[in-house]
Amino acid sequence: MSDAHAEHYPGPLHSPPVKIGGEGPAHGHEDGHVHHPKLQHHFDDMAQQAEASTLGMWVFLVTEIMFFGGLFTAYLVYRAHSPEAFQEASAHLSIGWGGFNTAVLIFSSLTMALAVRAAQTSESAKTQVTWIAITMFLGLVFLGVKGIEYTEKFRDHIVPGPYFDASRWEHPAGVEMFYSLYFCMTGLHALHMIIGLGIMTWLAIKAWQRSFNADYYTPVEVAGLYWHFVDIVWIFLFPLLYLIGRHYHHG
Amino acid sequence: METLNYLNNGHGLASWLLTKDHKRIALLYLVSITAFFGLGGFFAMLIRLELLTPAGDLLTSETYNKVFTMHGVVMVFFFLIPSIPAVLGNFLVPIMIGAKDLAFPRINLLSWYIYVLGGLFTLTAALTGGVDTGWTFYTPYSTAAANSNVMTAALGIFITGFSSILTGLNFIVTIHRMRAPGMTWFRLPLFIWSHYATSLVMILGTPVIAITVLMVAAERALHLGIFDPALGGDPVLFQHLFWFYSHPAVYIMILPAMGVISELVQTFSRKNIFGYSFVAFSSLAIAVVGFLVWGHHLFVAGQSTYAGLLFSLLSFVVAIPSAIKVFNWSATMYKGSVSWQSPMLYAIGFIGLFTIGGLTGVMLATMGIDIHVHDTYFVVAHFHYIMVGGAIMGYMGGLHYWWPKMTGRLYNEPAAKTAAFLIFIGFNLTFFPQFVAGYLGMPRRYHAYPPEMQVWNVMSSAGASILAIGYALPLFYLLWSLYRGAAAGADPWGAKGLEWEIPSPPPTENFGTTPIITHGTHQYAPSKEVGIV
Amino acid sequence: MSAAHVAPKSLYYTIFAALLVGTALTVGVAFIDLGAFNNVAMLTIACIKALLVILFFMHVRWGTRLTWLVVASGFFWLILMFSITMVDFSTRGWVQGTPK
Repeated sequence: MSDAHAEHYPGPLHSPPVKIGGEGPAHGHEDGHVHHPKLQHHFDDMAQQAEASTLGMWVFLVTEIMFFGGLFTAYLVYRAHSPEAFQEASAHLSIGWGGFNTAVLIFSSLTMALAVRAAQTSESAKTQVTWIAITMFLGLVFLGVKGIEYTEKFRDHIVPGPYFDASRWEHPAGVEMFYSLYFCMTGLHALHMIIGLGIMTWLAIKAWQRSFNADYYTPVEVAGLYWHFVDIVWIFLFPLLYLIGRHYHHG
Repeated sequence: METLNYLNNGHGLASWLLTKDHKRIALLYLVSITAFFGLGGFFAMLIRLELLTPAGDLLTSETYNKVFTMHGVVMVFFFLIPSIPAVLGNFLVPIMIGAKDLAFPRINLLSWYIYVLGGLFTLTAALTGGVDTGWTFYTPYSTAAANSNVMTAALGIFITGFSSILTGLNFIVTIHRMRAPGMTWFRLPLFIWSHYATSLVMILGTPVIAITVLMVAAERALHLGIFDPALGGDPVLFQHLFWFYSHPAVYIMILPAMGVISELVQTFSRKNIFGYSFVAFSSLAIAVVGFLVWGHHLFVAGQSTYAGLLFSLLSFVVAIPSAIKVFNWSATMYKGSVSWQSPMLYAIGFIGLFTIGGLTGVMLATMGIDIHVHDTYFVVAHFHYIMVGGAIMGYMGGLHYWWPKMTGRLYNEPAAKTAAFLIFIGFNLTFFPQFVAGYLGMPRRYHAYPPEMQVWNVMSSAGASILAIGYALPLFYLLWSLYRGAAAGADPWGAKGLEWEIPSPPPTENFGTTPIITHGTHQYAPSKEVGIV
Repeated sequence: MSAAHVAPKSLYYTIFAALLVGTALTVGVAFIDLGAFNNVAMLTIACIKALLVILFFMHVRWGTRLTWLVVASGFFWLILMFSITMVDFSTRGWVQGTPK
C-alpha cells in the first residue's frame, strides 16, 4: 500500500567519537558508537545541538523585544501626548547615575563577550570564571545604583500612587505618568538583570567545574546572548528616559 | 499491544509527569485541555440557560458578567489557543519531519507545567468570586473598579502565555533545524507549514499581551497608573495593546485547524492538495497580515477615523489567503475519490462553517456595518462560527484522524459519524439564530433582553443542548476504543505521510533509523507537478 | 563547534570603546538644541550602539542568515507595533467632528 518513498539510511547518524575533558569520559553505547556526553540523543551531532540552542535563544529574545515593546509603545504614545510633562519629569533624573550605569552595562557586555571567548578558546576554568565574575560584579553595581536612584524617588515622593507629591510639578499628571512608565520599564529591566545574575551564578559554577571548552560552550554563548540583550534594552532606556529635552534645562 | 511503544515504555505516574517524550506530553495536554473545555462548556451552559427567558431571572447581572467572562477566558486561553498545537502539533511535528523529538524536550514538558500553573491561577480566580470584566479586561474597569480577582486571572493568563511562547519557540527551532535529510521546505506536509506560521504568531504576539496584563496588574497592585485617565492615561491604548495580540491570537486558533483540514482533505479525496505552494504561502500570509488588522476591534472605541480606514482595508486583505485555502481544498476534492469517514465529515463541516464565519468577518470589517452590529450577538455568532465551526471542528477532525496513530486503536465509526452530525446540527442551531438576534440589535453580555428576541434565544439554547451531547459522545467512544477498539495498524486510512509509515502507537524514538526523503510526503496521484503546484 | 569564528580580543575592545564614545555623544548632543533633530540623533546613536552589540558581541556578524532574519524580524515587528499604533494617535480629530 504505502510504497516506501523514504529509504532507510543504514546506521544511525552520529558524529565520530569525541574524547573530551570535563564531565566524564566520552559516552559509549551498546552498539559501540561514542559521542560527547553533552549530546542529547534526539540531535544528530553537537553542531546541530549548538545551532538549535542558539536559534532557540534568539527566538526567545525576539519575544523579549516584543515584551519590552509594549512598554515602549505606551511610552511613545504618552510622550507624544504630553511632551512638556515628560521633559519636566526627565529633568529630575540624574544623568550622572544614568550615564555611569550605561557605561557599567557596556563594560559588562565586554566582559561577557570575553567570557564566551575564553570558553570558545578552551582557556582555563579560572579565566572563564574570572570574566563571568567581573560581569556579575558589574551587574550588581548597576543594580546598586538603581537602588540608590529608587530610594531617592521614594524619599522625594516621586513614586506614583497615593504618596505622590503633585505640588512640586507644573504638570503633575503627566509627570506621574512618566514615572509610572519609568518604574515599569526600569523595574522590568532590573528584574531581567537579577534573572541574568542567577544565570551567571549557575554558569560560573559550571565553568569552575571545567564544563566548557572549544567543543562545548553553548551555555556560555546562550547566556551571553541574554546578557547582551539586557544591555541593549538599557541602551535605549537611557536616552529615552534620562535625556528628554535636556537642552532646555542646563545641567 | 505487546511491542514496545511510547505508551508502555515506562510505567507509573513519574514516567508520565517527568517524561521528555513529545508524544506523552501531547497526551498530558490532551487530558488538561479536555478538562478546561468541560469547564468552559459548563459556563456556556449557564449562559444559554439564563438566556432562555428574556428576564434576567436565573443569575444576577453581576454573576452573569462573571459567567461569560470565565467562559471566554477559559475557552480562549486554556482551550482554543493550546488545543491543536499542544496536542496534535506536539505529537506530530517531529514525526512528520522525520525527527526523534522536538528540539527542546525539557522545555516542552516545562510548557505543560506552566500551562497547568496558569490554569490553576485562573481556576482560583473563578472559585474565589470570579472576574466580571469580560475576557477582554478593558480598562478603566479592570484597573480601577472591578474586583481583585482580576489580578489572579491576569497573572494566570500571563503565566499561560509562556506556555504558548515556549511551544512556538520549540516548533520554530525544530522545523528549521531538525528536518530529516531530503526534507526540504516544499516537501513538508501542510500541517507543518500551518504550525510554523502559528508559531510565528505565538512568538511575536504573545509577549504583548503578557506585558499588557502585567501593566493592569501593576496598576492595581502598585498604583503605576499607565491606563489611569486621571493621569492622562488612555483606555484606548489598553485596547490597542490587548488586541495587538488578541487578534493574531485568533489566527493561532485557526491556522493549525487549517493545517489539519489540508491533511484530511487530501487523504479522504485520495488526491494531492491543489496548489500546494499557494496553501503553504497563504499560511504565512495569514500570520503576517493578521498582525496588521487589530484596530477593527476599535472602530467605535474612539480610534481615529483614518486608522479605522486603514484597519478596515487590511481586514479585507487578510480574508484573501483564507479564501485561497477554501478554494484549494474544494479543488482538491473535485474529481477526487471522496469518502465520508468521520474525520472528513469534520473537514467539510469546517469548510462550510469557516466560510460563513469568514464572510461575516468581512461584513464586520466594513466600518459602516460594524457601527451597527458592534457588541451585538452578530459579533458573537461570527466568532463562534470561526472558533467552534472552524477551529474546534478542525481539532475534532484531527483528533479522530490521528487517534488510531496515537492510541493504536480504532474507534466506533457509526458513533463518530453520529457525533459529527449532532455537532454540526447543534452548532448551526445554536449560532445561526444569533446572527439574526444580533442584527436585530440584541446586545452581547446582557442577561436580559426584549421579549421579541426570545424565539432566537430559545432556538440557540436548544441547539446548545444538542451540541453538548455531540461533544460528550466522543468522550465515551474514544475512551471505549482504548479498551475494546480494534487494533489500528500503521495506516488505517490508507494515507500518505511519514506518520503513517511507523507503527501505531509509535515507538518512543519514532524512527528506528533516520528516514531520507526523496520527494514530497503526499503522493496520492502520480507526480505530475505542472504549473503552480 | 570549533568551526565557529573566534573574534580577536582587540575587536571587542574596539567595539567597547565605540560604545562608550556613543554614550558620551548621546549625552553631549542632548544638551545642544537641534529641535526635532535631537530625537533623531539620539535614536540613531542608540540604534548604532545596539547594532554594534548585536553584530559583534552577539556574533551575528559571523552567524547564519537565519539568525539575521530572526533578529531583523523582531525589530521590524516592534516598529510595526509602534507605527500602526501611532497612526491612530497622530490622526485623531483629522476628520471634522470626530474627537481628538
